[in-house]
Amino acid sequence: MTLLEAENLQTVYGPGCSRCIESTGDRAGTNQCSHCGSVVACAEADLGVEAAEVLGIVGESGSGKSSLAELLALERDDDATTAGDIRYDGHDGNLLEVDYETRHDLRTREIALVHQHIRDGLNVAFTGGGNVAEKLLSAGHRSYEEVRERVRELFEETEVPVARIDDLTHTYSGGMQRRVQIARALATDPNLIVLDEPTTGLDVSVQARVLDTFRRVQREEGVAAIVVSHDLSVVRLLADRTLVMRHGRIVESGLTDRIMEDPHHEYTQTLINSVI
Amino acid sequence: MTVLSVDGLSKTFDVYVLDDTRVVGLDDVSFDVREGEFLAVVGASGSGKSSLLNCLYRTYDPSSGEVVYRGPDGDVDLATCPDRTIIALRGDTIGYASQFLDEIPRVPAVDVVARPLVERDVDRTDARATARRLLSALAVPEELWQAYPATFSGGERQRVNLAQALAPKPDLLLLDEPTSALDPETRRAAVDLLSSYPGSETTVVGVFHDTDVVEAVADRVLVLEDGRLQRVVPVEAYDGEVVIE
Repeated sequence: MTLLEAENLQTVYGPGCSRCIESTGDRAGTNQCSHCGSVVACAEADLGVEAAEVLGIVGESGSGKSSLAELLALERDDDATTAGDIRYDGHDGNLLEVDYETRHDLRTREIALVHQHIRDGLNVAFTGGGNVAEKLLSAGHRSYEEVRERVRELFEETEVPVARIDDLTHTYSGGMQRRVQIARALATDPNLIVLDEPTTGLDVSVQARVLDTFRRVQREEGVAAIVVSHDLSVVRLLADRTLVMRHGRIVESGLTDRIMEDPHHEYTQTLINSVI
Repeated sequence: MTVLSVDGLSKTFDVYVLDDTRVVGLDDVSFDVREGEFLAVVGASGSGKSSLLNCLYRTYDPSSGEVVYRGPDGDVDLATCPDRTIIALRGDTIGYASQFLDEIPRVPAVDVVARPLVERDVDRTDARATARRLLSALAVPEELWQAYPATFSGGERQRVNLAQALAPKPDLLLLDEPTSALDPETRRAAVDLLSSYPGSETTVVGVFHDTDVVEAVADRVLVLEDGRLQRVVPVEAYDGEVVIE
């Protein structure tokens, strides 16, 4: 069952002009329009995610993968001009054109984003439990006991020590903060989680634990995910299918193991061969 | 009954990072595999053995040809069907084991083997019981069952990998040199387990290097040479010659 279907997604920073698309992308070798100077962060992007499926998005810094992820997570960036069409199971119309209330509702109950930067996703001056509870409260939960119980359950599920539930988030280790973010994302049982660079800033042993926790929970809950990473091993571990981005365009897509073992595009071959 | 019909299968690679070199992996390979059969694929290094398995599992995109799989839900051309059809088949009826274990960090060996069963909704206790049985049959020391395979030797990892592939009893099992890192004793354990497969419900296509293993496990032998099919013979008629390098 298709959960999300997106067509022609586009994010442009700058004034934009009629020649932005033709003068950027893989063939042009740049994401900056030579006519108006706008940066075409992503364009002409089509993709679909099925229920419980994990889609990986890889590419180097500046390839447009985070811009694409933000569009899919219904993040708004006032500096950017966005376009495209996102259809989502059970909703009528284009998700990019919904009103404030519907968007808030979708982001609370359906599509959760785990930010690349912890401070964008968590209030580190709150307790760890408070950060997760806040998501439940904004979804309309009112019973203190129920919220508290659900937070405890989520801490256990994502392997955050329950004994630390009332400690301030800034006292948590990086790996714990990342797991609290995942707990918060899972709190309202969304159908889709967007993970933006889930291992940024974590040392290797902690990365492995965070990824394994996510992989387990994702499969147990049957939640779909879009995983954005410059790290091929992250995508290899988590994703069923993968998109490769460069200069704001999707240059190749396919089964994750096929992308890794039989990369077709010149850039993908370079990317795979540059893994140390 | 034929379960797999391979017709005119070819695979070329355009390697841009090697000055746009075109490499031929497989050239017009055709053969059938019967249900329950154990087909061994042999040939010198670089003859296309792994390329063949990768094309069957779609880790490689075949360049041309057909790979018709007569699965429980009807015929599917594995060479051209959509990616999601492949994902569904892999999760259900087609298994694969490479020479190397794909590491899942911090998961004990017994759970690595049990995982494909748990993912097919088998009860965790039953899945672990099956995993222990397979690890035992493959002579993996019991004290390792709860340890992380990342710390294992090459041979131990390879047996965990093989156990993981055998656990869900796929209808079609693809094995890429699953015994290459094993010493004679553990290899015998693997061969004993694999040789119980011919005639079972699982159809196996496996790449092997050692003639004694081929003779012990296979019904028929497919010989590749420079990416081309040289011959397919019953194991009794196989002399082991081409394996010598």
